[in-house]
Amino acid sequence: MKYLMPLIAFMVLAIFLFAGLSLNPRQVPSPLIDKPAPEFELNHLHEPEKVFSSADNIGKVWLLNVWASWCVACRDEHPLLVQLANSGLVPVYGLNYKDEDTVAMQWLRQYGDPYEVSVVDAEGRVGINYGVYGVPETYVIDKQGIIRHKQIGPVTVKSMEDTIIPLIIELQRQT
Amino acid sequence: MGPIMHQYHNIAKSQHINKVCRLIILLLILLMSPGLSWSKQAIPMAEDPEVEKRMLALTEDLRCLVCQNESIADSRADFSNDIRREIREQIQANKTDKEIIEFLVDRYGDFVLYNPPMKPTTILLWFGPLILFIVAVWSLIAYLRSRSRRVQIEEITLSEAQQKKAEALLNEENK
Repeated sequence: MKYLMPLIAFMVLAIFLFAGLSLNPRQVPSPLIDKPAPEFELNHLHEPEKVFSSADNIGKVWLLNVWASWCVACRDEHPLLVQLANSGLVPVYGLNYKDEDTVAMQWLRQYGDPYEVSVVDAEGRVGINYGVYGVPETYVIDKQGIIRHKQIGPVTVKSMEDTIIPLIIELQRQT
Repeated sequence: MGPIMHQYHNIAKSQHINKVCRLIILLLILLMSPGLSWSKQAIPMAEDPEVEKRMLALTEDLRCLVCQNESIADSRADFSNDIRREIREQIQANKTDKEIIEFLVDRYGDFVLYNPPMKPTTILLWFGPLILFIVAVWSLIAYLRSRSRRVQIEEITLSEAQQKKAEALLNEENK
């Protein structure tokens, strides 16, 4: 009996600490989920005279991938994005975040270019509107222009198969 | 020079090295002390000290999402530079502090705030420590009471024979 109380206290503490181990403090829930994707108009990376407007994508499901040539983790996810783009399932748009155009284009030549269009956000202003704080980030945006999912950090085979691709297929079925 | 002399020579040499080492360590400690360090400050956009002051006051209570244990005011991360720039611009555009905070919470969630708002999800955060304190005080009082009761009972149960024995022992010691 004498040891029961400390034991219970220890158990409770241990359970909390154990649960804490599996939490990721970097995974901050985005308040933008199920909200309209912030609109933007930005110049194309490859054809700077052209302007891309996010409003043009209303009516289709699309991915917005925030990337940069200085971002090491972007290299990890890049083959998956190329594969996804090649499959033709969904158009992938790139937001080239705080990068230098020439370096960015060189990077795409080297690693492959999965993007329908890459747009230039050199000062990261659109990034702030999207709540970007860790590149890469990937947003799934539905036909109404609502953000349905945000992947913080690189996409993985698991997150593609378990979450992103099923979600895209489901969203494409909706009118 | 005999072997003993040689040894002495070596000891003297190692003592000398020791001294140099200590001097270097002392210098390093001095260099690392906060008063003396020449760490770079953020380059302030000092056109308007009023704006800068308000911006600093605001960012002191905002969490840098990239370097989660620093406030945006303290952080040198690129992310914080961008947020500071954004806040400066909004101050110049005559936005109120509340509007600026709302702007950031809309994009990054409550997590950017070091002062979490009172909400159903944060009730435990706000009142948990108080509850813990009350439980601790209550259990301390309960323990002290039961102990004093136990001591009283033990005093009463000292039998006559034991009392005499104790007195005898005390007397013996006094002799």
